[in-house]
Formats: sequence, structure tokens, C-alpha cells
Amino acid sequence: MAKKPRVKVPSSAKKGDVIEIKTLIPHKMETGQRKGKDGKPIPRFIINKVEVTFNGKSVVTADLHPAIAANPYFSFHARVTESGTFNFTWTDDKGGKVTTSKKINVS
Amino acid sequence: MSKVLETSELKKGASVDRRGALRLLGLGAVAATAGALAPMRASATPESAGLLMDKLSGSKSYKSGKVTLKTPAIAENGATVPVSVSVDSPMTDGNYVKSIHLAADQNPRPEVASFHFTPASGKAKVSTRLRLSKSQNIIAVAVMNDGSVYKASKLVKVTIGGCGG
Repeated sequence: MAKKPRVKVPSSAKKGDVIEIKTLIPHKMETGQRKGKDGKPIPRFIINKVEVTFNGKSVVTADLHPAIAANPYFSFHARVTESGTFNFTWTDDKGGKVTTSKKINVS
Repeated sequence: MSKVLETSELKKGASVDRRGALRLLGLGAVAATAGALAPMRASATPESAGLLMDKLSGSKSYKSGKVTLKTPAIAENGATVPVSVSVDSPMTDGNYVKSIHLAADQNPRPEVASFHFTPASGKAKVSTRLRLSKSQNIIAVAVMNDGSVYKASKLVKVTIGGCGG
């Protein structure tokens, strides 16, 4: 449904650090407001959810609407207390999912 | 053999009923939502944005402070407007931001996004990019784990609207 997402997570951090995570996924985010050449509205098709977990536990979840710009970009934060893996899942209106993950070393 | 046929016929009958019932429920829910939010409109209004926030936050009384909403004063391109919201909170198990909701009061629809946090978020700060059809107010509401709600809003002037065709 979407092309490859890009995620920026520091590769290492100290225990207790609050790190910033940046995410970007290419997607048209068709709002449903545009009309095609035939004058008919182009149906809405967006990414409506982003879920981020760390070692299986939820860190942040976002519910999105068509007012989020194309190629949805989010930055948010996470407090890390141990090494592990961040998992990112983007879900679209049709239930399609894209996932990626990033490891971090916490000492 | 006949027993098997009967079972599958029964199942078919039951699922049609359930499907029909679900459809009715769904229609009812949609109608109720449409009725509750606003009459059929082409655009959000400060009122519908306010109603949306009341519904999302579960509150009608908003405090000021704690929420810092950063938006450009003038957005040259309404198709991509950078916005960041940060909420002053220690993000501990006993004191953290549960959600941040964003709304736009003159877009085709008022809802923009909702972010849900846990204490593991460490900081209640998000940045993203919005699509704005014209100059309007962006409203940010933060809901704390104790149910208290804080609100901030900023006017963003948009030079070229972001809704396209």
C-alpha cells in the first residue's frame, strides 16, 4: 500500500535517556476532497494509524485523519531503560499494514 | 450426510441475521454521530471543532497552560504545514499525558489527529505536518491521566490552500 518507511532512532543511549524518534512513510494520503478529471470525487485513502512499541510494550499510538499531510511525518519521544527493539506499524483505511523495526543499545 | 447439510444451512441463516443486525447498528451509529456533531456541512467551524474536542477529551472545561503549540505564523503551502505540540509533564506512572488531540476549525473536517502516550513516552511532544485548506485556528488539547484537560490554539495564515483539485 505504501512505499518503504524511514525511521530514525539513535543506535545507542544511556539508561533513562529520553530519545527522539523520527518517522516518515511515503503515502499520498488521499483526502477524499479532490475530484478526478471526470469530476467525480477521488475516494479517501489514507494511513489512519501509527503504532510504536518497544520490546512489545506500547510507547505511542497515533490516530490520523485526512488533515495529515501527504508522506506522513511524525517525531515523538521514548524513555529507554534497557536495550531492545522498537516496532513501527502503519495501518491504512483498507487494513493494509507496513511494519519496520529498529534496535537500540542501552547501557 | 443430511445432518451436516442442516448444520450448514442453520449457520448460513444465523450469519445473515447477524450481518443484517450489524448493518442496522452501523447505520444507526453513523446517523447518531452525524446528528450529534453537526448538520451536513461542507466545512468545519469553531463550533464543530469545539464539539469534537469536548467529545475526544471527555470534558467541557479546559485549563490553559502546559500546552505549547508551535505553528508557522504564515504557511506558504497549505498542503504541508509543520506543527509541533509539547505538554509540560514529568511523564511518570502517576503523572503523565494520556492523549494530545489536534483539530482545525476551518478545514473540510475538524479532526486532524490524536496521539496516545504512556509514561514510557518520556516526553509528551509530537511534531507532524498538516494539510490546511485555508487560514484557520489549530487547536491542541492535552488530556492528563487524572482527567484534567488543557487547551491551546494558534491562528495559522495559509497563502495557498492545501486541498488541491
